Amino acid sequence: MASFMLIFRGGDNRNDSPEQLQQHMQKWLGWFEGLTKAGAYKGQGAPLEAGGKVVRGARKVVSDGPFAESKDLVGGYAIVEAKDLDGAVEIARGCPIYERDGAVEVRPVQPM
Amino acid sequence: MSQETVSLAEHLFRREAGRMVSSLVRVLGMRHLALAEDAVQDALLRALETWKFRGAPSNPAAWLLRSAHNRAIDLLRRQEGFKRLAPELERALAAVVAEVPGAEAHAIADDELRLMFSCCDPALSPQAQVAVILKYLCGFSVHEIAQAFLSAEAAVEKQLFRSRRTLEQRGALFEVREPAQVRERLPSVRGAIYLLFNEGYHGAHPERPVREDLCHEAMRLGVLLSRLPAAGPETQALLALFCFLAARLPARLGDDGNLLLLAEQDRALWDRELIAEGLRRLDRSAEGQALTAFHLEAAIAARHAAAASFAETEWASIRDLYHLLMRLRPTPVVALNRAIALGMAEGPEAGLRALAAIEDRERLARYPFFPAAVAEFELRAGQPERAASQLRAALLLVRNEAEEAVLARKLAACERAS
Repeated sequence: MASFMLIFRGGDNRNDSPEQLQQHMQKWLGWFEGLTKAGAYKGQGAPLEAGGKVVRGARKVVSDGPFAESKDLVGGYAIVEAKDLDGAVEIARGCPIYERDGAVEVRPVQPM
Repeated sequence: MSQETVSLAEHLFRREAGRMVSSLVRVLGMRHLALAEDAVQDALLRALETWKFRGAPSNPAAWLLRSAHNRAIDLLRRQEGFKRLAPELERALAAVVAEVPGAEAHAIADDELRLMFSCCDPALSPQAQVAVILKYLCGFSVHEIAQAFLSAEAAVEKQLFRSRRTLEQRGALFEVREPAQVRERLPSVRGAIYLLFNEGYHGAHPERPVREDLCHEAMRLGVLLSRLPAAGPETQALLALFCFLAARLPARLGDDGNLLLLAEQDRALWDRELIAEGLRRLDRSAEGQALTAFHLEAAIAARHAAAASFAETEWASIRDLYHLLMRLRPTPVVALNRAIALGMAEGPEAGLRALAAIEDRERLARYPFFPAAVAEFELRAGQPERAASQLRAALLLVRNEAEEAVLARKLAACERAS
């Protein structure tokens, strides 16, 4: 088994009604629950706040950010276990984020 | 990750949205209705972002309310020209946030009641009152309200915008601790809840003839209203009526999704607990001197609920109740139902005479259940061909597929009999 980082980008729920928000959330919980039961997810994951700071360059300039477009903004990440990249992609396909125009980046974690 | 997680109650977001808007406008005043709505939407979005990873915290309602209040403070700070008043309101909001962990259920329910009365503003039409109730108290989106009323989204949006402008000028929320004020506005509040229930129960929705969500929201608001001492026995009668009608919901749709008439329903599917609840409320509704239309409607629904089968229905007693109801609410639909009860009690010829004698019959011209009632009695009088022609006329008036299926079924039966 290998580890993969799923990076969640975008996904816009702003126009959802309260009922739709709850239903969408329940799909996410169901997805994580399924992965947990299958042993693919061990709770290593978290949402990220939208704002923050960026430190850049030799002079270590601190600026507000990141100001990516909202469809590219990273909303959170999760580490999952899969046999190979294809297996991890298969896991990512089950994510409910696509219903709201989001994307999942699947990145193999290099073994140390 | 070790945080305790709970599975959320059904419709929790919708319910809490109404509670949070109520709580915010009580502190901020009606003129900040839009800001309250934005703060609540942001709190729900934030809950989604956080909870989708690890489930809800152990007291999701308190988490949401605190988050909405904090968000409202942020939004107030950002509002240009609001700097002077902001500290005062911020303190008031912060005080509410500090109370949140105790989840003062009573205080929150009072806020919801205040908003309910505010929404039933005399400057708004009954339909507009129901729309703002759905928007602010029940957490429905414009899209969902448009679906409920079969209206275009743009039209609902426009109506809600105008209504909000009216409500924003009202200053503070309606004060429900003043019995005299409450009694004055009570009829419109009950009327709006009744309209909401009926929209769910009888609404002309093309695909979903029964929208249980609307019925359940109406019942929830009715129970909330009944907490007010001034709400009186008439509110109990209204709730009794809702209980008896809602008890039939599980039996109203057949396996094929078609609407089933009272005569066709499997009464074993009726919700006995709701019927018992209806009877308790009906008892309590008898406490006062007043006999209102809601009392009579509830009593009629109770007779149906008590009948073991359609054939065993106490039609004579139902007919008498309709006679009384006609005096209080002389509408064509009540007249139609009275004629049907009379015909069931006294025989098909009497029924046909009563139907022909309905005074403003022309107002029923577009209502498919008028010719359908004529057809029923023609069939019972041994005239299947006349019945069939009435049903063909009724089929031209149907408003949804479910109604069409009911009448087509009857027509087929008449054609077999002729």
